[in-house]
Amino acid sequence: MENENKKVLEVEDLRISFDTYAGEVQAIRGISFDVKEGEVVAIVGESGSGKSVTSQGIMKLLPTPPARYKSGAIRLEGKDITGYNRKQMEKLKGSKMAMIFQDPMTSLNPTMKVGRQIAEGLKKHTNLSKDKIHSRVIELLTMVGIPDPDDRANRYPHEFSGGMRQRVMIAIALACEPKLLIADEPTTALDVTIQAQILKLMDKLNEETGTSIILITHDLGVVAKMADRIIVMYAGKPVETGNKHDIFYNPKHPYTWGLLGALPRVDTDKKEPLKSISGTPPDLISPPKGCAFANRCEHAMEVCLEHDPAMQEYGEGHTAACWLHHPNAKEYLDQIMEKHSFGVGGEKYANQNAGG
Amino acid sequence: MRTKMLEVEGLKKHFHLSGGGVLKAVDDVSFYVYEGETLGIVGESGCGKSTTGRAVKGIYGITEGKVTFNGKNITSMNKRERKQFARDAQMIFQDPYSSLNPRMTVGELIGEGIDIHGLMRGKKKVKRIYELLDLVGLNKEHINRFPHEFSGGQRQRIGIARALAVDPKFIVCDEPISALDVSIQAQVINLLEDLQREFQLTYLFIAHDLSMVRHISDRVGVMYLGKLIEMASTEELFTNPMHPYTKALISAIPVPDPIQEEKRETIYLKGDLPSPMNVPSGCPFRNRCPIATKECAEEVPAFEEKTDGHRVACIHV
Repeated sequence: MENENKKVLEVEDLRISFDTYAGEVQAIRGISFDVKEGEVVAIVGESGSGKSVTSQGIMKLLPTPPARYKSGAIRLEGKDITGYNRKQMEKLKGSKMAMIFQDPMTSLNPTMKVGRQIAEGLKKHTNLSKDKIHSRVIELLTMVGIPDPDDRANRYPHEFSGGMRQRVMIAIALACEPKLLIADEPTTALDVTIQAQILKLMDKLNEETGTSIILITHDLGVVAKMADRIIVMYAGKPVETGNKHDIFYNPKHPYTWGLLGALPRVDTDKKEPLKSISGTPPDLISPPKGCAFANRCEHAMEVCLEHDPAMQEYGEGHTAACWLHHPNAKEYLDQIMEKHSFGVGGEKYANQNAGG
Repeated sequence: MRTKMLEVEGLKKHFHLSGGGVLKAVDDVSFYVYEGETLGIVGESGCGKSTTGRAVKGIYGITEGKVTFNGKNITSMNKRERKQFARDAQMIFQDPYSSLNPRMTVGELIGEGIDIHGLMRGKKKVKRIYELLDLVGLNKEHINRFPHEFSGGQRQRIGIARALAVDPKFIVCDEPISALDVSIQAQVINLLEDLQREFQLTYLFIAHDLSMVRHISDRVGVMYLGKLIEMASTEELFTNPMHPYTKALISAIPVPDPIQEEKRETIYLKGDLPSPMNVPSGCPFRNRCPIATKECAEEVPAFEEKTDGHRVACIHV
């Protein structure tokens, strides 16, 4: 069913580097994905994996220089926006695509009343009259769950709590009903009970307005709750993509195994030590020749150090880049799979699906 | 019977603000930590968990109440006892970027405590620093480097080595992993657990990440607006939470398992955490509580033992 949906965003082999004194940092080393209408796509990864650069690259928020678009194409609703200049982008920002950031404390203008900040986009992108804009602002504040919106519109950001500021950010982002909302760690700075409120709000807006969401996060719990599709990034590249069930119950890439294993399990004996991934991510000034994860991978083979594996498909929309799944490595993979179980509650999932 | 290493009775820490207000960061908190166990303290920002940790370690003066460490009141210790306490109780901080002096080498940072307490000198000290580096998973070559040359996880290891250098008995871990990536968090947690086993350490583990606290703690206390509202053994607290706030808190953590996540019901709390300057009368949680009644406004609920070892502060339990 989802296949019939239109593609809102297509990213093709995007590569972005930063020129620094130490050399060229290859922050994004080739990422391709698309976002369909109404879909929530989560990009997961650790710091430095390139998830934020991807989103800022799409929004053209990176200062050039030092950032440099090396190759790739970005298409919004079929239109190539890769070469858009600042003026052209400004027309899109707010109206077609919008972004919310991690830190609601610093992303609002402290000297402007929130009502005016929400109205800004409406003034720029629509021909609504002053009264209409005002009523739309109140409508937006109500929609994102801010009590007493008439009064609140006339207040400054410092009079709001963190959760409330993030709601204001969402109201600003949604003011012109964008097709695409990029949320970069929207709840990381918030407490869990407030995070629950914000996630519920985003879920509701996604359902009601059909806005597609790119959700950037490091929290796999948030991913399990929100995402339709998941892109796992490592060292500037996706290593595995798939839907929730592919990634959580049938992961193919050892990095995904590692991420899931590093989480404390709720359903097993807590005294089992966590499976940590040893070492640290590679330096992207001189990325390794082979697979970027090889030096931290406990199953690495010789080929992994020499050749970078390509993305292979393992089911509809489920792809991973790992040599372990090459036919020549089958015996070795079988041995690994016998010893360990990867993913969360994989057995349970298998049982549930046994009937169908 | 197990010995209580740390006992806290009626601890209060109030900050007097320049505007004349009083911020009751910690208000009448009592608990104890058994020797060799890990007590987890969880709560949202501003609940007073870090202040509690700092007051217990003696970083902050105490407004009211009593903190006893190995039978001695930490506020009435003489100079020698105070120095011993400073050695026995160590602290690991949240932010490995700002808690290490950027102008000191790793060797100096780790050796500082050894010097202050006059434990070793010369070659012996260097040998001990090598030992500590090895213990926390760093290399000998790291001894002459500066903190900025390390990643977050490695810096946290330096912080841990620094705390271990003086053979402490008790370590306050104040959000030691919240600044780290998931895979690195697991490394640090495993290290802390190994060290605890090896040196019979006692931990007060402060964090907002409930799943990590559940993993590492023997008992867990939940704080809300400066008060402890529930405390029980880890299993008991997570399988049978009694306080409505604890229930909401546990239900709010998204589980990294899509099928379970779909089945679970999240309790959504109304509104935000009130300012600690303006705590509601009676039960501090009552204005966000789904089961609050008129009586909740009348008096602060007592922190009572409801079942064996399970204490709750709620009149409706």
